[in-house]
Amino acid sequence: MEILVCVKRVPATGGRITLTPHGQEIDTRYLGFTISPHEECGVEEAVRIVEAQGGSTAVLTLGPIAAEEQLRDAMAVGIDRAILLETDGREFDPVATASAIVEAVRAQEASHAPFDLLIFGTEAADTGGFQVGIRVAVALGRPIVSGIKSLTVRDGMVVARREAPGGGWETCEVPLPAVVSVKEGLNLPRYPSVPGRLRAKRKEIERLTPAWSRTGPVKLGLRVPEAEGAPVEILGRGPEAASAVVDLLERIGVLAS
Amino acid sequence: MSGILVFVEHAAGEADRLSREALVLAGSLAAAAGAEVEAVLFGADAAGVGAGLGEQGVRTAHVVEDPRLGAYAPAAWAVAIVELIVARGPVAVIAGGSERGNEVLAHVAARTGRPMAANVVDVTVAATQGDPWHLTRQRWAGSLLEDAELRADVQLLTVAPHVITVDESGGAPGGAPAASVVRFEPSVDDRDLVGRVTGHEAPKGGAISLADAKVVVSGGRGVGSAEGFGILEELAGLLGGAVGGSRVVTSNGWRPHSDQVGQTGLRIAPDLYVACGISGAIQHIVGCKAAKRILAINTDPDSPIMGVADYAVIGDLHQIVPAISAEIRRRSAPD
Ligand SMILES: Cc1cc2nc3c(=O)[nH]c(=O)nc-3n(C[C@H](O)[C@H](O)[C@H](O)COP(=O)(O)OP(=O)(O)OC[C@H]3O[C@@H](n4cnc5c(N)ncnc54)[C@H](O)[C@@H]3O)c2cc1C
Ligand SMILES: Nc1ncnc2c1ncn2[C@@H]1O[C@H](COP(=O)(O)O)[C@@H](O)[C@H]1O
Repeated sequence: MEILVCVKRVPATGGRITLTPHGQEIDTRYLGFTISPHEECGVEEAVRIVEAQGGSTAVLTLGPIAAEEQLRDAMAVGIDRAILLETDGREFDPVATASAIVEAVRAQEASHAPFDLLIFGTEAADTGGFQVGIRVAVALGRPIVSGIKSLTVRDGMVVARREAPGGGWETCEVPLPAVVSVKEGLNLPRYPSVPGRLRAKRKEIERLTPAWSRTGPVKLGLRVPEAEGAPVEILGRGPEAASAVVDLLERIGVLAS
Repeated sequence: MSGILVFVEHAAGEADRLSREALVLAGSLAAAAGAEVEAVLFGADAAGVGAGLGEQGVRTAHVVEDPRLGAYAPAAWAVAIVELIVARGPVAVIAGGSERGNEVLAHVAARTGRPMAANVVDVTVAATQGDPWHLTRQRWAGSLLEDAELRADVQLLTVAPHVITVDESGGAPGGAPAASVVRFEPSVDDRDLVGRVTGHEAPKGGAISLADAKVVVSGGRGVGSAEGFGILEELAGLLGGAVGGSRVVTSNGWRPHSDQVGQTGLRIAPDLYVACGISGAIQHIVGCKAAKRILAINTDPDSPIMGVADYAVIGDLHQIVPAISAEIRRRSAPD
């Protein structure tokens, strides 16, 4: 099995978001960076499939040079090699991102081996476009299953399961080579080991320069939504507050009195 | 027609909530654009649901009854919508912000090489044809808003969940005229059917689902362990509610991922959300801010959860939660 996972570097925002003065970006001066939990599960799944069935794994990101950090994180948990589509800091829209990935996949398949499986997150953590994986699959003429939370690869088929709209689960089967977009809950990703980190640090990262283009949506600016509601009402401290809490429960009618 | 076409999902003879939200947005855009709202629906009972959409302002419901497309088949459904775009020339195709809404529209976008904007909350139709539309969409699942321009001959948009208010009273009294149902058979080939749903497992009955519970008692890192959730289970049980959790508790394996509330978990809207030992990271808050009321139980009076909670108790959840359960029992016990 040859597997490629696509991940996107995003700021690890915490309690609240601060924007840069012109509202064009998140102020990341005091923030670390990460990838979406969906993509973390994608990385873990790729490593597990190849551990069980043999083959090799690659991780790809399109982003600034600093995104090498996320590629090394992925290699630290067992991904074999990494590809950086290095940008000059401009935002790539989903169409441009997908075409850059398609081009890189074609080049990688010519120089290495064809990928049996491409793994995406259902949506990127920051822009939440819900489309890059599907665009790549359609451009390559490969089947895609989206939003999956369980994955089995056997006999040249991907058997994927996802939560059904009304509850329960639904199953899809597609032949390899295929594309999947995955969600958190697919697995419980491992933590990197110290030797894993050291090994990842020494690895080469292949760098390519993708072409920028603009289709849209075109970002004009960002805004933090206004906080709604009144300030918090402190009902009390410690277990003595239980009575005030139950008064509240009765008042709002969640407790049959 | 220059209309607005809405992809309507439905179950048990009714349009889904998120599709109705999309219909509301489509209605206001249609008024601004001087266009009519049309709908497209798939499945055996699509005609009945489609006819009933007159109340939501739909004039024409395009219905696909091809049994091969009865089960969800995202690529094939997209082929059908692309065919309708060609035949009807809508200025926009809109879907609800569901998994399927986003997926089907992304297939339409990919096949036709058009841009698409997901999770839109507000749209201004261009005054002049050919100019870009202005829209506001969610980033970070709604923790951040993006103002954007979208230039396209057909605007492809999905509507962010639970932002647009739907009139639950069921439309105008006296009833609007039924939508006229137009059946059509898209030319779908077998390749488009690859990736369709081939199996279904019914939900496990019994417990109240997190998605529907009126009360959710949710735990974070402060709960400390899987066993620590016993006291949350107990309180949830007394309130007829369900237990949820933060990403920390699912990543630690204390709870299954299906219990996770937030950006990469469930987004819920209970009457009461009790956040126990949860700090209130934005990615968690987007999952519970639609709750009518939030009660925080936290040792730290300065934690960000205090900024979104309506009520709070400061202190150790391991003492407070059992005390609340005991008080409920005491009050319900016959004297
Ligand atoms: C892209 C992305 C997506 C994410 N998606 C999600 C998501 O879907 N859901 C989600 O939850 N998170 C998500 N996260 C993670 C999120 O950023 C936070 O890391 C997480 O929500 C923190 O969980 P927590 O509040 O349980 O833990 P912490 O932030 O560690 O907070 C623990 C809290 O417990 C309090 N506490 C400790 N002990 C006690 C005690 N004995 N009694 C009472 N209070 C106590 C502390 O004061 C503190 O406020 C996501 C992150 C990213 C980057
Ligand atoms: N800049 C990027 N680099 C690599 N992969 C990306 C990038 N942007 C998006 N993706 C992949 O596409 C998925 C869906 O992204 P989107 O459609 O933008 O929400 C993400 O979860 C990633 O797997």
